[in-house]
Amino acid sequence: MPMHIGEKDFKKRVTKGIEDDFMRGAVRSAQGRLQDKRATAADELGDWEDWRTLGSEIRSHTIEHLDYYLNQLSEKVAELGGHVFFAETGEEANEYIQKIAKEKEAKKIAKSKSMVTEEISMNEALEEIGCEVIETDLGEYILQIDDHDPPSHIVAPALHKNKEQIRDVFNEKLGYLKTEKPEELALFAREKLREEFLSADLGITGCNFAVAESGSFALVTNEGNARMVSALPKTQITVMGMERIVPGWEELDVVVSLLTRAAVGQKLTSYITALTGPKQLEEADGPEEFHLVIVDNGRSKILGTEFQEALHCIRCAACINVCPVYRHVGGHAYGSIYPGPIGAVLSPLLSDYDEYKELPYASSLCGACTEVCPVKIPLHEQLIMHRRKMVEDEKRTTLSERVAMRGFEQLMNSASLYRTATKMAPFMSTPFARKQMITKGPGPLKHWTHARDFPKPENERFRDWFKNREKRGEQDAKR
Amino acid sequence: MKVSFFITCLGDMFYVNAGKAAVELLERLGCEVDFPRAQTCCGQPAYNSGYRKETIEVAKHLIETFEHAEYVVGISGSCVYMIHEYTQLFEEGSDWQKRAIALKDKTYELTQFIVDVIGVDDVGASYQGVATYHTSCHMTRLLGVKEAPFRLLQNVKGLELVDLPNRHDCCGFGGTFSIKMSDISEQMVDEKVAHIEGTKAHLLLGADGSCLMNIGGRLSRNGSPVEVKHIAEILNSRGDV
Repeated sequence: MPMHIGEKDFKKRVTKGIEDDFMRGAVRSAQGRLQDKRATAADELGDWEDWRTLGSEIRSHTIEHLDYYLNQLSEKVAELGGHVFFAETGEEANEYIQKIAKEKEAKKIAKSKSMVTEEISMNEALEEIGCEVIETDLGEYILQIDDHDPPSHIVAPALHKNKEQIRDVFNEKLGYLKTEKPEELALFAREKLREEFLSADLGITGCNFAVAESGSFALVTNEGNARMVSALPKTQITVMGMERIVPGWEELDVVVSLLTRAAVGQKLTSYITALTGPKQLEEADGPEEFHLVIVDNGRSKILGTEFQEALHCIRCAACINVCPVYRHVGGHAYGSIYPGPIGAVLSPLLSDYDEYKELPYASSLCGACTEVCPVKIPLHEQLIMHRRKMVEDEKRTTLSERVAMRGFEQLMNSASLYRTATKMAPFMSTPFARKQMITKGPGPLKHWTHARDFPKPENERFRDWFKNREKRGEQDAKR
Repeated sequence: MKVSFFITCLGDMFYVNAGKAAVELLERLGCEVDFPRAQTCCGQPAYNSGYRKETIEVAKHLIETFEHAEYVVGISGSCVYMIHEYTQLFEEGSDWQKRAIALKDKTYELTQFIVDVIGVDDVGASYQGVATYHTSCHMTRLLGVKEAPFRLLQNVKGLELVDLPNRHDCCGFGGTFSIKMSDISEQMVDEKVAHIEGTKAHLLLGADGSCLMNIGGRLSRNGSPVEVKHIAEILNSRGDV
């Protein structure tokens, strides 16, 4: 699976994450910063909830009419002289991109940040045919240099590294001799990348939003690299996930505002680049040839299902930035290039439950993700929906769990059974209890008591107290 | 006002003092309290694990149990929210859905009921001590009860309430999550406990027995002197200050 990253076993990935103190420190501090900035940026807007509602309506409408808008987009792009390719799978997309690279005899390819190209392993496909692919987003560049360390976050892919680690990577791989100051690190990367832009034969960009009415593509960056990638090379390829589209510029205004505020707490990022087709006669720069690759890769099978809202995602990562599970295990533990709550929802959909059966359970359902999502995707409810699918359609849960839940239903459905069970509980638990606490639980409870004590049930249940009190009350009344 | 009290299964077995305090408090505020003895669990463990059919059966039982009630008041924000979720379990417009909606409309979490329905911010409680309060996720984010516990606690004579840093973070309970993903859950509760111990509070309060069981279990394992109580116990307290 191209989406998949790291160790196969989920438990091992989690343990590795939990034991990585450097990563956890870096993630903790980044989350803290991003949460504060997002909250401030949302407050500044004044009526954040209204904006969220609008964003949700725009995404909902667009995805409901996705075929219409994709059609409009591709017609516009063709009118402008661009080429459009619909790829049903990642392989189809890569074959098409390889074909262009071969035709252009491209040696060096400059690329701006794109999650969908990670998803389909486009870089590897291009490297297979002898191309050198240069990531020009600073975070992606750091990871690429560091022996292709996978991204751990969809907006800040190198979030798991602190500045000292980045300094060391630059030093080891590129002979960097300055300090870990972010400004110095960025300046160094900028100089290196400038050479790459000028010598690239092909530019490849991702797509934050395609604008259907004009056949344009909006790219949101803080480094201006997408602009360089699309302005300098003679041929440009834009790769987009098929859901990353808005009807028009008015809608773009709303979703870009939501994206930048939710993602990094900025009113707007330093650069919002809008590209419309290849260079026209009256234009001074831009590519001579433009290709749009629209990638399905499992998205259309989500349409019309209970998970359709997952396609509303605008990839802001706000859910990842508030997620306490993500904070403790880090992005790599998810085993997918899409981590965090949205990753736990999307990864099993784009791949399958064989690959990602644990992810829907890697959430305490605290709802922080749902609360913060700028387009109101009910993320924690989607995780419950995954669990339900695995129970009902796939029968994937263990026999012991199914038996336990059946037992739970019968117990909770019967007042008398419940009364008997709760009455017995204190006596059943006595062998495990020291004073009022159980320190070493039997069965599944042992997972709880690994780090926590469990209270021993009270001898007098609440219901006994209430009943006795009523009796006492009656007696008082008689006296 | 007639209140049918919803103790929750954890409350019935583990948090008897919280239940007693809540009943006495409601009576002191002029409510007539009954306890429908057929009540069991809200069904949340099954629901959150994806066992919808099983949840529906449990939900029907609880709907029937509380059908007669004028108001239903529970001592857990999370379980009360689960009752509100019943409306999603049944077919649109069905008889069961109508009954679920009727139950939702009269079911409240304790502090929410006191502030929003009875209309009282000061319950006349007094307690000498320094406490911090854990805002539970389902109660604040899903049920939407954010202010009520603080409004009530601020009026408790003698009580000093200190802020809990990162109070919006989940404690790591998450029902079966705490068992299934116990290694992650442990990290979360550890962080929560570190924040609690970083305050000068000697008492942790909350409105959800399950979170308190989780945090309290870790505090107990650490040998921490911080005591854990349900908010009802403080609101019903009338000690000398």
